[in-house]
Amino acid sequence: MSALAWLLPAVPIATGVLLLTGRFTLGRRTDKAAPAIAVTAAFVALGLAIAAAVARPVVTFPLFGRLPAGLAVDGLSAALVLTVTSVSLAILVFSAGEFSPDESRTRFFGLMLVFTGAMLVTVTATDLVVLLMGWEVMGAMSYALIGFWWRDPRRVGSGDVSFITTRAGDLGLYFAAGAALAGTGSLDLGGLAAADGHWRNLIAAGVVLAALGKSAQLPFSFWLSRAMDGPSPVSALLHSATMVAAGAYLLLRLEPLLAATGWAATLVAWLGALTALLLGAVALAQRDVKQLLAASTCAQIGFMVLGAGAGSVAGGIAQLVAHAAVKSLLFLGAGAWLTALGTKDLTELHGAARRYRLVGVTFGVGMLALAGVPPLSLWATKDHVLSAALEVSPALYAVGLAAALLSAGYAARAIIAVTRPVDAATRVDTEQTGTRHVSLLERVPLPALAAGSAVLGIFALTPVYKAWKDLLGTGPEPSPGPAEMAVSGALALLVLAAAWTLMRHGRRVGAAWTAPALRWFYLERLAELLVARPVFALAKALARFDDRVIDGGVRATAATGQSAAALAGRGVEIRVDGLVNAVGRGARRLADLARRPQTGQVHTYYAQATVLFAVLIIIVLLVR
Amino acid sequence: MLSLVIFLPLAVAVGLYAVPRLSDRVVAWSWIVACAVDFALVIAMWIGHGTGDGISYEANVRWIPSVRAGYHIGVDGLSLPLLALTSLLFLACAIYSLRQERQVRAFAALFLFLQTVSLGLFAALDLLLFFVFFDLSIVGMYFVIAGWGHGDRMRSALKFFLYTFLGSLVLLLGFIGLYLGAEPHTFDMVELTRTPPLAGSAGLGGLVLLAIGIGLAIKTPTVPFHTWLPPAHTDAPAAGSAILAGILLKMGTYGFIRIAMPMLPDAWRRYAWVIIIVGLISVLYGALVAFAQEDLKRLIAYTSVNHMGYIIVALGAAGAVGDQAARQLAVTGAVTQMVSHGLITGALFLLAGILYGRARTYDMGRFGGLAGGAPVFSGLVAVGAFASLGLPGFSGFIAEFQIFTGVIGSGGTAIVVVGALAILGILITAALFLRLLHRTVLGPPGELTAQVTDVHRSELGAVAPLLVLSVIIGVAPRFLLDVIEPFSAAVVSLVAR
Repeated sequence: MSALAWLLPAVPIATGVLLLTGRFTLGRRTDKAAPAIAVTAAFVALGLAIAAAVARPVVTFPLFGRLPAGLAVDGLSAALVLTVTSVSLAILVFSAGEFSPDESRTRFFGLMLVFTGAMLVTVTATDLVVLLMGWEVMGAMSYALIGFWWRDPRRVGSGDVSFITTRAGDLGLYFAAGAALAGTGSLDLGGLAAADGHWRNLIAAGVVLAALGKSAQLPFSFWLSRAMDGPSPVSALLHSATMVAAGAYLLLRLEPLLAATGWAATLVAWLGALTALLLGAVALAQRDVKQLLAASTCAQIGFMVLGAGAGSVAGGIAQLVAHAAVKSLLFLGAGAWLTALGTKDLTELHGAARRYRLVGVTFGVGMLALAGVPPLSLWATKDHVLSAALEVSPALYAVGLAAALLSAGYAARAIIAVTRPVDAATRVDTEQTGTRHVSLLERVPLPALAAGSAVLGIFALTPVYKAWKDLLGTGPEPSPGPAEMAVSGALALLVLAAAWTLMRHGRRVGAAWTAPALRWFYLERLAELLVARPVFALAKALARFDDRVIDGGVRATAATGQSAAALAGRGVEIRVDGLVNAVGRGARRLADLARRPQTGQVHTYYAQATVLFAVLIIIVLLVR
Repeated sequence: MLSLVIFLPLAVAVGLYAVPRLSDRVVAWSWIVACAVDFALVIAMWIGHGTGDGISYEANVRWIPSVRAGYHIGVDGLSLPLLALTSLLFLACAIYSLRQERQVRAFAALFLFLQTVSLGLFAALDLLLFFVFFDLSIVGMYFVIAGWGHGDRMRSALKFFLYTFLGSLVLLLGFIGLYLGAEPHTFDMVELTRTPPLAGSAGLGGLVLLAIGIGLAIKTPTVPFHTWLPPAHTDAPAAGSAILAGILLKMGTYGFIRIAMPMLPDAWRRYAWVIIIVGLISVLYGALVAFAQEDLKRLIAYTSVNHMGYIIVALGAAGAVGDQAARQLAVTGAVTQMVSHGLITGALFLLAGILYGRARTYDMGRFGGLAGGAPVFSGLVAVGAFASLGLPGFSGFIAEFQIFTGVIGSGGTAIVVVGALAILGILITAALFLRLLHRTVLGPPGELTAQVTDVHRSELGAVAPLLVLSVIIGVAPRFLLDVIEPFSAAVVSLVAR
């Protein structure tokens, strides 16, 4: 039984790693088989997920000392693993059709599988270490996938921005792990809410930071805009069931911890609501369909985060599942058009839905769901979250409702753009040369995802929602009444109609008003100016300091030693040596003097003896 | 058995000179075989040691009885991983050097000599024996840099020699202090650990710790004693850099755990905060200075300062007050980090050597887009970079996570702040390695990109096993932690005395 908990993430990860290893040992020959292998692995993973959702396997293993670590599939994880594996299968099938044979397919599919597997580790982990392992590997894979076309420095830079920004958030989890050890003596996720005293606050702070970074909530939202530089299937996966969803999942999983601290729940609820509102505005201002979808992801994830803060775990997870279906569908649609028509500019996509009907219809379904039109999925799930927000505070509810109306607004923009007939100003191939063709494999997943996006509206039905709550094992949560749901549905339709009328009449809002929203409120620029550049300047300054002052000090010490030696050599040594020499010279001179009498001639010796004798006599006479 | 492991390489080195007129190929292959046999013997010792506490394969022979110094060797949970790392990394260098052309016999003999010295140091249980190996390692590495280096190699080698030799003299002073402080006077580490010298005199204990601390801090190196490291690495041959970073730096941190902590527990606890602060500065300063480097080898050298800093922080925290289990976690993380850094940085330096071999420069700005012409090389660099920035799935994460969790988890307010600041180090290293990848491996081709051809078989054979082992430790670390954990539990209780 426990083998299932291992196999579920292991199958995609091992297959992915094998593909990547094959790419670097066997070369590009593997590219032909890679899509089939990857789709098979994803299919097996889906099967394993279904089995795991039924069997609920649990496995624990020792990792660090006596700290338990483990993988388990409970109700919450079951919902997630099913979502992750099915969305990933759909996206890999699409990719098999989209990626042309001359691309480095093995690398792509290998990375996508590891990416999926890492998300599966994250959502089944029972403790902070294993969770963090999946969490960070997922970040690294998204780096490699965003920068997939690595020859383009802009795309590589986007990968850099994404990884650094999300890792800045990840530091929170490292910190939370330490605080958890101090506060609970364990890293178990279930025990965090019971941590004592200020440790609980520190854990919550770390967790919230990590989740906000990963889920691209304010103020980290900008990285998701840059993440659009990756291939469309990457965006589809990254924005739906993995990566950004992980942050929301973590907050929903640790909702008891947030609630226990009090402040964390309030903070998270408000940040989620504000992100939903502000990034909704950003989405409304975009001219590029992928950027619109990216901003809308931040906004929709905002509802999940709001759900975690307001105590609506079942609502938040429902929103997560529904959004995964909707957003993967929309990105695949946008990706299909980008491949076929070579553009993702909203004004150049006129007529796209008419040219490729299936893509158009499914894209339309996804957009209507995003708009919150009844009886589609996001209409129901969002209202569950909003009713929980209403319980917390009316102001929170008002912000959330406004955000929901904005989503109807940007959805309307996108629908109108792609359905309006081609006009004289419409150009294709603004980004790349289109293939003018949507392949069968690209089309296959779209109806399935569209069906999911629509059918999940059954969350609106009370018995279904109750069964859902039982499945997740969450406590009592407020549910919206029929009146609330009717009003929100009507409002969404009203906004759609208003937008339709406005756009039909060609009304445009002044560029000056939309500029900040178009540029994502300059968040990336701010992060660069306030953090990235100062840190790099500090690094440069410290490097100079290291060369000049610290190493300079060492060099100066060495130089001092050398000059001391020189001084000793010239000053002291010469004097000492001179003294020695002087003694020597004196001795030699004396010796010279002493040699002089030694002539070898007898008469001089007589003379010397006579003189010496005389001197002796004089001395004797004097002394006596 | 242990003596055989230690002296086998030296015997082979002598053998290489005893047999006249050996061809370079025979020399290279006998070098590899010697290293492989040595590595196999260490693995056998690992299996024989098991996961118990205490010393195995102990040998104690009279050496200089007048000062009670003996040839006392043995292995425990600290030395085994380092012996394994040493023999593996020397094996990797031997394989890497298959393409070496200049003075192969002398090069091989010198490396075999260095291997004996390093293995001996990690097995030594006598301070004088330790010191002899410590000094000989400096001599050996001096000749490696001066003889086979490039650039301003004489100057770098001299700087390395004088600086670290000065450190070893200060260290000797500290050892003599320990000797004199022990009653009866002895250099035997086991006895000194059993009854810590200078237990009664705080002032003298502090001075001896200062001497030992400075001596080891120069070798480790920590800020501000690190400036010999970048030039030594830049001008050393690739295999020399790998050994210098992978093995020789560990001698410093090894000394802290083996000598300073258990023999001067009072002083270690009293000055724990000095050690923690020095470690923290090394972490942040090393990472930031590395961030600004243009030269690939200097960059990796400064990340070594950062990585060694984590170890110092963890060891310092083990001396501060706090939860026992958490401090054990930190020490286990520190020992894991020693192994992990040896593997990863060893691999990165060998990769840097490949780049230099092709293009004769380490200037990252002159490359770019290497992934096109050299995909396997680029893949290895990317894997090495992510391993070094502490990505889960590699050994670095296992080490650093334990250090952070242990340090923060030990509980004091100030230490939580230190832990939080130390965590920032992994963000800066992430930024600097992505910058490295962005500038050399990815993006449009640079001026020298065309010259860089992909790795040869021998180069792949040297680098890949190191990274694979890092992955194995990253995914299934228990085989390593099972050996380290009894030791770290012992050392934490020794410090707490």
